[in-house]
Amino acid sequence: MPTSSDIAIRVEGLGKRYRIGARQQGYKTLRERVNDLALTPFRGARLLLGRNGDEEESPPGKTYDPQSAIRNSLPSTIWALRDVSFEVKRGEVVGIIGRNGAGKSTLLKVLSRITEPTSGAVDIYGRVSSLLEVGTGFHHELTGRENIFLNGAILGMRKTEIARKFDEIVAFAEIEDFIDTPVKHYSSGMYVRLAFAVAAHLEPEILLVDEVLAVGDIQFQKKCLAKMHDASKHGRTVLFVSHNMAAITRLCERAILLLDGQVIDDNRAHQVVSKYMRSSFGSPAIRGWTNDAKKPGDDIVRLCRVRICNQSGDTSETIEIRQPVGVEMEYEVLKPGHVLVPNFHFFNEEGIYVFVIHDFGSEWRYRPREVGTYISTAWIPGNFLAEGTFFVGTAVSTYKPVTVHFYERDALAFYVVDTLDGDSARGDFAGHLPGVVRPVVNWTTVAKSAAET
Amino acid sequence: MEIINVSKPAEISDAEISAARQEKQVSVTSAEQPLIRIRPSKGWVALQLRDLWVYRELLYFLTWRDIKVRYKQTVLGAAWAIIQPLFTMLLFTLFFGKLGHIPSDGVPYPIFAYAGLLPWMFFSNAVTSSGNSLVGSSNLITKVYFPRMIIPGAAVGAGLVDFAIAFVILIALMIYYRVALNWNLLAVPLLLALTTLLALGIGMWMSALNVKYRDVRYALPFLIQLWLFASPVIYPASVMPQKWRWVLWFNPLTGIIEGFRSSLFGVNKFDWKALGLSTAITIAVLVYSAYHFRRMERVFADIV
Repeated sequence: MPTSSDIAIRVEGLGKRYRIGARQQGYKTLRERVNDLALTPFRGARLLLGRNGDEEESPPGKTYDPQSAIRNSLPSTIWALRDVSFEVKRGEVVGIIGRNGAGKSTLLKVLSRITEPTSGAVDIYGRVSSLLEVGTGFHHELTGRENIFLNGAILGMRKTEIARKFDEIVAFAEIEDFIDTPVKHYSSGMYVRLAFAVAAHLEPEILLVDEVLAVGDIQFQKKCLAKMHDASKHGRTVLFVSHNMAAITRLCERAILLLDGQVIDDNRAHQVVSKYMRSSFGSPAIRGWTNDAKKPGDDIVRLCRVRICNQSGDTSETIEIRQPVGVEMEYEVLKPGHVLVPNFHFFNEEGIYVFVIHDFGSEWRYRPREVGTYISTAWIPGNFLAEGTFFVGTAVSTYKPVTVHFYERDALAFYVVDTLDGDSARGDFAGHLPGVVRPVVNWTTVAKSAAET
Repeated sequence: MEIINVSKPAEISDAEISAARQEKQVSVTSAEQPLIRIRPSKGWVALQLRDLWVYRELLYFLTWRDIKVRYKQTVLGAAWAIIQPLFTMLLFTLFFGKLGHIPSDGVPYPIFAYAGLLPWMFFSNAVTSSGNSLVGSSNLITKVYFPRMIIPGAAVGAGLVDFAIAFVILIALMIYYRVALNWNLLAVPLLLALTTLLALGIGMWMSALNVKYRDVRYALPFLIQLWLFASPVIYPASVMPQKWRWVLWFNPLTGIIEGFRSSLFGVNKFDWKALGLSTAITIAVLVYSAYHFRRMERVFADIV
């Protein structure tokens, strides 16, 4: 049992209930309110006076109580978080993962006091900064210099603190020449760099970060990841929500997996990530959807199943470096007459976008599809990918006009292993070999004879 | 949201934090109080004035932003702060002063009207912009925490600059009309402070209601227009028969606007009863809307 002073964040039985529709059409017009008033005059009068905060979000009790959850599970409310409990120690870097709608962002919003929980309790020991987006409050008419101060203040920095770090922020953003230009004249890259630079110079004890690294060019993303890595080395507690599994495994020692608002795993990051990648089939190398409503896709095409297979066609999450990798998707076409291009996107564990492949070689390149189920498989040659984990995004698109029917990020993951048999690109070298690809190429070496010179 | 800063506010200086750390090292065994406690809130909530104080720099920056941005990309720029009251004054003088023969308590009608328009325009602009401020700042509200009162507060604060610019014109007009400056002028800052608090009270209330009921956006300009006619801007309070004048006093702006004229022109004495009532109503409105705002605040991020 750790002593309380080791704890940075303690979350107990946290629940957050939303009224469905409270998100989409949150505000009511007075007319609706007058209707309410006519139906329940006394309550309505209170509402008109505006004392309605608690009626809308009345907490069922101090802690999450399954009985009341059932009572409250009327169709008009959903629990974005239920009975979430965990502790984060000082200096820990914890990743929070889960599919869209699992409650990750709601959790961060509750922890950063943007929205209030419906039940449960949170204690935070330390100065908190939350970064749910970069460039919050940037104003287009103001110059870079002015926005640094404004944004810094919004993020909770003191004026003196901003002034002290000003030069460092400008240098980090690489915008020295444009510091007195209104940001509306910035390129989107410059804008994002400046926004991130301010955020990167926050020095809270506890940092809550939501997917903000998904911006900027690769070069800058790496710089930001490095800066965050620094932050964790300086004993800062970081809670990091991301879809980028590679970033999670690299930055976090621990990860929490959320599903439908509940914690379903809380363990070492790579274990949780592989659990997350694993579907009901029990492997990150295969995923399937049986429920039509949950299948990624639109009214033209839907994804049914994806998998990684080896040369003999067996599903496998581990691929030997010299063997080709088969990436397969099964999808159903619901409307005829569209030319569909299946494509796969490959990321390595550092989040580097290694390559993308489209089906441009098959007979379906120009041929409209009939309604039916199709299986498309791409074969990546052996002796091409480097060792390590690869995450595969799966999509079907149309190119005229450009339409993405679905894109399932991190649909699959597989590991490329090099067994040191001497016939891979590694040869007999057993040390660390850098690079995102590791092709075997032809070499010629000739001794230059003295006669030719 | 009920956030109880038990031992220290969320944002404290580094020195304080390191002091707290040292303290902790001395007594590791004693349970440390959390800096931030988050619980579902019930009933009336604390005002968290301390939290507001901690974020005072943000109030300054947001006010500064509103001022800075207000007249960007306009040709006339800050001249608008003069044009609006000046032209309104000219219109009022023509229609109400010359054609309507509305009395002006022995002061030339143009400066009589201008002196009433100054606090009125500040008030009405402040209420309108702060009433719409929360809805206009949804990007901030859903992405970062700070005491939300700062948003309508900054909108009110930004109006002060326009007031200051327009006030310079008032002084010029007074010199032109040879109105003697007198010591009562010293009351102007106090009256302005009262107007600011009233605008903050109404603006905060409207901004919170606006988050929930977008009707406010449409109702507010209309209400403001009615309020103009209910306030002694165009006419002096003295046009109302003595017997019924107390009705006007229940409009807190009556005492304020009449007070402005008394302090500027020194023709009428300060009506302390009217001013006292204005102050009392202002404080009541401010306290009510601050509590109301805090209660509504917890759902802002979910519905804005």
